[in-house]
Amino acid sequence: MIGVVDYGAGNLLSVTNALDALDLSWTHVRRPRELDDCGRILLPGVGHFAAAAGQLKASGMSAALQAVARKGKPVLGVCLGAQLMLEASDEAPDAVGLGLIPGRVVRLKTKTIPHMGWNRVKPAASARLFDAAATPPYFYFAHSFVCAPVEKSHVAAETTCDAETFCVAVQRDNIFGVQFHPEKSAGAGLDVLRRFATC
Amino acid sequence: MLTRRIIPCLDIRGERVVKGVQFQNLRDAGDPLERAARYMDAGADELCFLDVTASLEERPLLLALIKRLSRVLFIPFSVGGGVRSVEDAYELLRAGADKIGVNTAAVERPGLLGELADAFGRQCVVLSIDTKLVDGVWYVTTHGSRELSSRRALDWVREGVERGAGEILLNCIDTDGVRGGFRLDLTEQVVGTVEVPVIASGGAGGAEHFVELFTRTGAHAGLAASIFHDGTTTPSAVKQALRAAGVEVRL
Repeated sequence: MIGVVDYGAGNLLSVTNALDALDLSWTHVRRPRELDDCGRILLPGVGHFAAAAGQLKASGMSAALQAVARKGKPVLGVCLGAQLMLEASDEAPDAVGLGLIPGRVVRLKTKTIPHMGWNRVKPAASARLFDAAATPPYFYFAHSFVCAPVEKSHVAAETTCDAETFCVAVQRDNIFGVQFHPEKSAGAGLDVLRRFATC
Repeated sequence: MLTRRIIPCLDIRGERVVKGVQFQNLRDAGDPLERAARYMDAGADELCFLDVTASLEERPLLLALIKRLSRVLFIPFSVGGGVRSVEDAYELLRAGADKIGVNTAAVERPGLLGELADAFGRQCVVLSIDTKLVDGVWYVTTHGSRELSSRRALDWVREGVERGAGEILLNCIDTDGVRGGFRLDLTEQVVGTVEVPVIASGGAGGAEHFVELFTRTGAHAGLAASIFHDGTTTPSAVKQALRAAGVEVRL
């Protein structure tokens, strides 16, 4: 059972529709203790880092997510959810992320911002949510900030735009994050969700 | 490299797809769910739904349709038509839309753009503008291009982006449905004016017009309706032609 964390930051419907299309069972997680009923946790999110971080903290969800992550439960952050895996963000210097991956979120340096549309993603050889041997697939992006992990080994995939190459997926043991929208990236995106469900 | 996007547009009236020429003489163009799924399977990068009735009475119908669409669409889609407030936008997003298109309401009350960007992020806010050439100057029209405003197109896109628009959907009433090609000059001027992505719309008659658009302007996406609805071409055929011309697309 995948627990989809519902903390009032954005649209869960697209994510749960994608899980339905893959015949994966899921449930909404609205209270911290509901995390215990789920084998895997998915943290979606669009909008502002400060608002999302604040809501997670106020509801006690931050601490609970950190606890289940320490126990080794697979956790996948999507878009803003991926950024929340890190410690802090330039978008909101006073807000605190979950800190599950060392590093911070920085503003994109591309010419066109937001980085919006389909871009080719090159996975690292160790990336478990991608088929590193296949032709790098295209995923759909819509964001202005990106994860910048301290450790190179936590970068699971990169993409290039306007001659800038940046991290678009993070991975550290059982912790995953993807900056693109797998639920909006046609077959390639659904493959990522399927891999998460069986990793 | 971001790929150039191909976006079929579906004008929605009630529960049907309709299409007219220069916003007039609407005729039936099929079932939205069937069409949308077909375009997704044929390689569309994104879809654009425009509620052309945009009447209060039919809003529940539209929301129910968006919900059904979001069950089967695993590519992004925007919904526009009749969005006048954060509440209107919230309803559409909650039903499954990824982005919100605003047009007339933003011209009448530009503060709406900032309100939407603050509430949902600017990547959610598409400023759709209908332009018309009058004595050599591009102006903005409103109300489905029935009314000419006093705003100049380039001034308005600049202001719109400053206020919170994350993307520009640039339509040209003079070429809409006419199939003579996109307005390359205006498109390039808008691309040079703002730093957000620009979607060119109006005038596509076939794959060759997309090739022209992407080899001669910096547009990020091209939008068309009639040529996809009537089977003149398909998103994947357009992309094959683009790839052959050296334009990067998702195939």
